[in-house]
Amino acid sequence: MAAELHVELVAADRSVWSGEATLVIARTTSGDIGVMPGHQPLLGVLESGPVTIRTSEGGTVVAAVHGGFLSFADDKLSLLAEIAELSDEIDTQRAERALERAKAGDDAAAERRAEVRLRAVAVR
Amino acid sequence: MGAQLRVYKRRIKSVTATKKITKAMEMIAASRVVKAQRKVQASTPYATELTRAVTAVATGANDKHALTTEAENPTRAAVLLLTSDRGLAGAFNSNAIKAAEQLIKKLEGEGKAVDIYVVGRRGVAHFNFRERKLADTWTGFTDEPTYADAKRIGEPLIEAIEKDTAEGGVDELHIVYTEFVSMMTQTAVEARLLPLSLDEVAKEAGESDTLRPLYDFEPSAEDVLDALLPRYVESRIYNALLQSSASKHAATRRAMKSATDNAGELITSLTRLANAARQAEITQEISEIVGGTAALADATAGSDK
Repeated sequence: MAAELHVELVAADRSVWSGEATLVIARTTSGDIGVMPGHQPLLGVLESGPVTIRTSEGGTVVAAVHGGFLSFADDKLSLLAEIAELSDEIDTQRAERALERAKAGDDAAAERRAEVRLRAVAVR
Repeated sequence: MGAQLRVYKRRIKSVTATKKITKAMEMIAASRVVKAQRKVQASTPYATELTRAVTAVATGANDKHALTTEAENPTRAAVLLLTSDRGLAGAFNSNAIKAAEQLIKKLEGEGKAVDIYVVGRRGVAHFNFRERKLADTWTGFTDEPTYADAKRIGEPLIEAIEKDTAEGGVDELHIVYTEFVSMMTQTAVEARLLPLSLDEVAKEAGESDTLRPLYDFEPSAEDVLDALLPRYVESRIYNALLQSSASKHAATRRAMKSATDNAGELITSLTRLANAARQAEITQEISEIVGGTAALADATAGSDK
């Protein structure tokens, strides 16, 4: 069995990242899940959270994902998210500002989004 | 300058100004079509992956879900019509409205009450003018729709379909939009979004006869389907919005191109007329001078005698 899986990370309006990976960790509604090559076919609902992809070159790609799905079959993993950002695309200061604003405005969803962004940056 | 000539000159000037404006609008529309098309393409991977996932769950999960099963006798249907905010796009809006009206008539013929949802000021104006009740309307983003707009539109629609029909919910959801076939062809199409007919979805994903893997669902098949279908509807609405906006820009480009061409033709024929008027004026002046000289010569000749 091939020791790598093909990952497609797509947001609603663009394709964010695609490539080969050895391990993908994502957060589903029932907890964190790690997918490695040869995993059984899987369809899961994603929570807002960071997604970690270990690429076959040994690097790590981290993305902040807000709402979406993950589907895995035949060593192909699709991560569908309404909003997805790679950690190096995230503007830390903007996310911090957004977090403060969300806290002040009592917007739980926005607060969570900002937190996830910051966490994705921290993991990097 | 004669009165006639002055009138022609003035008209040429005003038509030239109009031509400049329509030419500019044509260029703007042309660049926007390209941009809109690019957005349609960018949204395609998400749509295909989502469609594949929906097919997988819906065929894999044996239980009946409200959004995939047809009601035994549907009594209410929702129609979502996508038009544009601005006109100057030829028959773009009237075609979409006409298609929606036909669909509404057909649904009413089948004995269903129809809730109308409209996107775009043109469509809203059409129904308001006829004093028809609209369930909900959205305006202000049809030129460059975003996914957030699609989400906003999808929300009340999904809510309506999940509600019981007795409490004002709907059994079916139809969408009418303008499909972008090519730069020259855009057609108004209607499609039923819900309840989902799996054969069609499978055909779209292009894998109707391949064997699908047996999925493990996380947390459970129903939960996945519950979360997946609203996303599917949103993504379909988003795709329709993008296609509609690309079509609108293409239609504007074509309308403005023919307006520019017509203005050019008008200028040519007006210039011809102005030239003729100028010539006539000169001829008249010459004949007046000649006539005057002749009269003068006659008069002098007469005084000699």
